[in-house]
Amino acid sequence: MEQKLRATLITGRTIEQGVGKERGKGSEEYYVSCAVCFFDKSDMIKLGIKNGSTVRVTSKYGSVIVKAQKYRWGVMSGMVFMPCGSWANVICGDETYSMGMPLFKGFPVEVEAAPHQPVLTLEELLMQQFGRNSE
Amino acid sequence: MSKTINNVVCPICGCLCDDLEVTIENNEIVKMKNGCAVCEAKMVHGYKSEERILKPMIRKDGKLVSVSIDEAVKKAAQILTDAKYPLLFGWSSTVGEAQRIGVELAEELGATLDNCCSVCHGPSVMATQEIGIPAATLGQIRHRADLIVYWACNPWASHPRHVERYTAFTDGRFEGSEWKNYLQKLKADSGRKKIEMASKRIARVEPPIKPQVCFTGPPPPMLEHKPGRKMIVVDVRKTMTAEVADYFLQIEPNRDYDVIEALRCLVTDQELDVDKVGGIPVDTLRDVADAMMNCEFGVIYFGLGMTQSLGRFRNIEIAIALARDLNRKTKFIISPMRGHFNVTGANTVFAWQTGYPFALDFSQGYPQFNPGENTAVDLLKRGDNDATLIISADPAAHFPSVIMQNMLKHPLITINPDMNAISRLGDVVFPTQWCGIEYSGTAYRMDAVPITLKKVVEAPPGILTDEELLIRILEEVRAIKIKRGEPVGQTEAKFTHPNTTKTPPVNTAQKKPKRATKKKVA
Repeated sequence: MEQKLRATLITGRTIEQGVGKERGKGSEEYYVSCAVCFFDKSDMIKLGIKNGSTVRVTSKYGSVIVKAQKYRWGVMSGMVFMPCGSWANVICGDETYSMGMPLFKGFPVEVEAAPHQPVLTLEELLMQQFGRNSE
Repeated sequence: MSKTINNVVCPICGCLCDDLEVTIENNEIVKMKNGCAVCEAKMVHGYKSEERILKPMIRKDGKLVSVSIDEAVKKAAQILTDAKYPLLFGWSSTVGEAQRIGVELAEELGATLDNCCSVCHGPSVMATQEIGIPAATLGQIRHRADLIVYWACNPWASHPRHVERYTAFTDGRFEGSEWKNYLQKLKADSGRKKIEMASKRIARVEPPIKPQVCFTGPPPPMLEHKPGRKMIVVDVRKTMTAEVADYFLQIEPNRDYDVIEALRCLVTDQELDVDKVGGIPVDTLRDVADAMMNCEFGVIYFGLGMTQSLGRFRNIEIAIALARDLNRKTKFIISPMRGHFNVTGANTVFAWQTGYPFALDFSQGYPQFNPGENTAVDLLKRGDNDATLIISADPAAHFPSVIMQNMLKHPLITINPDMNAISRLGDVVFPTQWCGIEYSGTAYRMDAVPITLKKVVEAPPGILTDEELLIRILEEVRAIKIKRGEPVGQTEAKFTHPNTTKTPPVNTAQKKPKRATKKKVA
């Protein structure tokens, strides 16, 4: 079992994230569908994690705790996928290569198991990142 | 009493499906037919959820406090006029009429004006400016396309009805639907899985862990011999869209440019000296190139996997060049999968108002276009701007946090119907009506066809539309500038209170002018 997994992060859309964002950013659906990271089965075995385990995903730009989920559609070892949303943004980079488009896909991250660590809600995450929220 | 409204336009993604059937009871949408899961989440539940903002709010002592609309408009106008270099960002989920006022406001303020396309298909727009684009409307593709390539996109998640309405699963005039073939494939797969499961139970052997491979598909099922429409998906990961495709190529991340260039070589009859490109064997690429050259009407739809990967707009440029090369052999179209329902409209309106589609700077008094300098993320990264207005967008959910931290160093005004992530962070928070549900307007589909959104229910009292609210802010900005003795622009747009915008009664007493009757000549 490895302590840390070095992987390439891809962020993108999922249908659940789409439903969640239209239900409302404060909704349970949005939280459940966005505060996750999808892994290949072989990578989950390497890290010793299961569906629903909490993991810490760290990049050069930040670190966030989300729930792990097995990627159901196919093989993608060495790659992790996060639905776009406030949780993925914490680790996305500001490098635009002078084109306006920041780093959302295809950059290196490190993933480690983070048992018993809480996955922050949107309000808590906004408070942690920006020091303010709607409350 | 319930009533049903037909042919309602869905205000969510760039498909702008216009066949929804909406049932209304007591001024509320209670049921909807024909929409996708995302559409139902918004039209039936989301628009009337607890997240809806009903009153303008201003942040006082760190907390959001409800205020009157007049106070909020004054505060917002004051922030914008006090700022030396404000940023107006968003515009992709509002109607063209509001975007037009947005351009006027940016000009009045000498602001930077950018829309969401700078973090989605901005590179596609830049590539189109470089090399042009062979395009067609979705109707043409629905009726004629016999080869559909989805490159680095997952319409099953982002445009759920795209395949069903416009490409492989639709019955066109000249091309049939592949839905039945897919169902047969599904049944065969399910039978095969059952047999595998049963054999595993009998043998009681754990399946081996699959090794790290990038190309996982079976050998090509001779695409050129398959009857009917063919669908190819190219992506870095297998998705639900890839599941329904005839063929799936899993390429290595950030290698789109290499693979497309290799396809160009094969299409133009050049030999490749390597065995694999981007993880794909050259023989497989040759089959794909053959399928592309032998189709009658092909189309490449590309998504954010291309625009957000290394290479950015160069990826799109080379993809358009591939379509251009293919057009020497057959008919080929290429099109971006535009995300928000009116992000194409934002580009279109900005372009016909100023000459440029996004990344505009009015600080010199005239529009300047420079992606990489005036784009929102670059501007915020440098920390140049000193106030921000966000309308119909949620950068707090779609910008990197390091960028958002810079935005929040200065006052933030937000205009959104519901309490999304950016509204939770705003200093002045405006509510607005849901366009396409509570008011009508013009939106541009992903193929740049303008479609009028329908109004189906009445908005809660006191909430203005985006256009009305922007006109009020613009009027207030001009009033402040006149007080300061600064020159102001002129506009034809005037704010009229919603209570007075009812259609004027027809004057029945007015007599129609009589038609001149020919006098009979004796």
